[in-house]
Amino acid sequence: MKYFELFSLPINFNIDLALLNQAYLRLQKTVHPDKFAHKSSKEQLLAVQKSAEINDALHVLKHPLKRAEYILAERGVDIRAEQQTLQDPMFLMQQMELREELEDISSASDPEDEIEAFEKKIQMLEKDFHQQLTALIDQTELVQLERAADVVRKLKFIYKLRDELERVEDSLLDD
Amino acid sequence: MALLQIAEPGQSAAPHQHKLAIGIDLGTTNSLVATVLSGEAKTLADQNNQVMLPSVVHYTQNGIEVGANAFKNAALDAENTLVSVKRFLGKSKADIESEYTQLPYKLSEQNGIFNIETCQGPINPIQASSEILKTLKKRAQDSFGGDDITGAVITVPAHFDDAQRQGTKDAAELAGLNVLRLLNEPTAAAVAYGLDSGQEGIIAVYDLGGGTFDISILRLSQGVFEVLATGGDASLGGDDFDALLVEYFKQKTAQNELDSPSLRLFMSKAKACKEALSEYKKVNVILEFADQSHTVEVTKELFNELAAPFVKKTLRACRRAVKDAGITNEEVLEVVMVGGSTRMPIVRDQVGLFFEKRPLTSIDPDQVVAIGAAIQANILVGNKPDSDMLLLDVLPLSLGLETMGGLVEKIIPRNTTIPVARAQEFTTFKDGQTGMVLSVLQGERELVDDCRALAKFSLKGIPPMAAGAAHILVTFKVDADGLLSVSAMEKSSGVQAEIQVKPSFGLSDDQVSQMLKDSMNFAKEDMQARMLKEQQVEALRVIEAINASLVEAKNLLTESELTTLEVEIDKLIQLRETATTPEQLKTAITELDNASSDFAARRMDDSIKKALTGQSVDQV
Repeated sequence: MKYFELFSLPINFNIDLALLNQAYLRLQKTVHPDKFAHKSSKEQLLAVQKSAEINDALHVLKHPLKRAEYILAERGVDIRAEQQTLQDPMFLMQQMELREELEDISSASDPEDEIEAFEKKIQMLEKDFHQQLTALIDQTELVQLERAADVVRKLKFIYKLRDELERVEDSLLDD
Repeated sequence: MALLQIAEPGQSAAPHQHKLAIGIDLGTTNSLVATVLSGEAKTLADQNNQVMLPSVVHYTQNGIEVGANAFKNAALDAENTLVSVKRFLGKSKADIESEYTQLPYKLSEQNGIFNIETCQGPINPIQASSEILKTLKKRAQDSFGGDDITGAVITVPAHFDDAQRQGTKDAAELAGLNVLRLLNEPTAAAVAYGLDSGQEGIIAVYDLGGGTFDISILRLSQGVFEVLATGGDASLGGDDFDALLVEYFKQKTAQNELDSPSLRLFMSKAKACKEALSEYKKVNVILEFADQSHTVEVTKELFNELAAPFVKKTLRACRRAVKDAGITNEEVLEVVMVGGSTRMPIVRDQVGLFFEKRPLTSIDPDQVVAIGAAIQANILVGNKPDSDMLLLDVLPLSLGLETMGGLVEKIIPRNTTIPVARAQEFTTFKDGQTGMVLSVLQGERELVDDCRALAKFSLKGIPPMAAGAAHILVTFKVDADGLLSVSAMEKSSGVQAEIQVKPSFGLSDDQVSQMLKDSMNFAKEDMQARMLKEQQVEALRVIEAINASLVEAKNLLTESELTTLEVEIDKLIQLRETATTPEQLKTAITELDNASSDFAARRMDDSIKKALTGQSVDQV
């Protein structure tokens, strides 16, 4: 769990974002290339590498999905490059319905209200999956971790929906 | 009250000598240079006491003119007078021909480099920009009594892509400047207002220049600046407001078509009228052209009415940027105004209304960027070792690769904090495929044709495998200046390819160094002597840096490691005096650099540990 160690944080899916950010800034103040602008080229190169590594670690830990995938990978269940689809008809059905709902938003009479309502719905789902994940991800048995991986796969759908909602919102702003 | 210290004559007061660092605002219309003297940042003026240098380069049979004199010739000798070359940086001939249809220049292309044909031969935008930078460098040197400049920070628009940034850096190198950092213009403006000290929160930088509009949303926390979002319009600026008045004048004087002298007259009258309306409620404009004379009255109300759609357009971009940043208007703590066009009262008022606070205007909006750059340069060069300021910048536009079907696969999305390294795996499309062309793109669109092609390179020697079996790992690395390098490797065979992304229409390193040599009007011996001197300075810098590190962290080395390193240092100290060729010294510097690399890595790890245990390095 190199990334957690890097920021001196306990290995946990529920992370203290304020602490993470504090540690991040303190590290960047130490290694950022700006601090080495007048040093030797070797040191400058090293600083760029370290700084990039810290940026990457922050990027992974900050995002719940990436954080979950990272923890799972470190525990031996790496799903980061997989193409596997989800085997859960109920969930997939629900997703299709949500997608249709999303498509109708831009033609609704009051799209802004609809967007807000849809956002709430997604947030509820997200919260629910986060809770499931919290309970499963710190287990040591493989069965539990596999179940956690399934929750992560579902979360991916949710985040994709959220991205698309944002796109709808953007296109409304453009008009 | 503390007493001021005065040093013995001939002795430096500080243990570290104050190094000369400059900040340069390389602008589309005007460029400026600033420096920090006795703790205060100020712009430097030329002999005529002018701070702004028009970004105009005039090529004549006898030489090169830059600035106000060149500007005067813009109309008389248009094809040899390069105006606003910043627009052309990092662009191809085709880009420019499609974007600007009425340029007075003869364009040509040679070995993939785009040139403007002048009476001094083909000149590319990087060379022309370097002439502007040389002029500013000279101005700074003169004001320092001829002393050498240690380093420079040069500002670029936050939305500049890799090719444009690379072009700016090449121009600086060509001008003989040591670039400490390319800094985003909005960040520089915020630094100038000292927003880095004490305050925390969101800062909006509204930059309306002569021909461009930029809005940037920055976040400040614990002395760190982050660019959260940028937006704007590359073809909206003060000139467009002038054009509105020109149209109005044409209407009032019943003119449909104007010949070019009359058009120029209308344009300059429009500009003057716009500026006067910042102070007066009503302006009478007298237009005398082609035996006609007209007086046109323009009131502030009328101007505001004409200008409103443009101001609104900028506010729409502001709304977009605020949303991209994931914040609300109320969260904006300060609004910084940059660019001469923000002197227009309607702009100030509307921006104030939009963000619900009075914008900051106390620093001259034309100078604020250069001043911020100078402050940052002063820190980077090492004059303020205790500074806690850190500027974290983000990638302005997404970087990706072309995949099958003309689609773009994004590797690093925009607004990612830099420096950054990201890798992604790709695979082969056909059975037995042994090579792969990687096309590097920058932009937000899904289709290759809508993005900017930065470079192409190929990976060869992939062992023949079934389609989809090869694992090609492509790594994108972006440094703190926002400049990209890309490498590719086939994982099973270890076949590698690597390039520093030099845009197809930019200059290669060799071309830059060749031009640098060409541009020096020295005999070969002089050149050799100059290069040797440069290496001597570099050697001293490396020796000082390592010695300083030894004082700080000798304990990280074993006895024998310390001895080895000290021997290497002594070797370089001696060679610095005795070396006769720059190559000799350069090799020795690299050797010492290598010998100390382990030490550097250990120190870095050590300081990381210390940073997190909460004790600062000097307390240990």
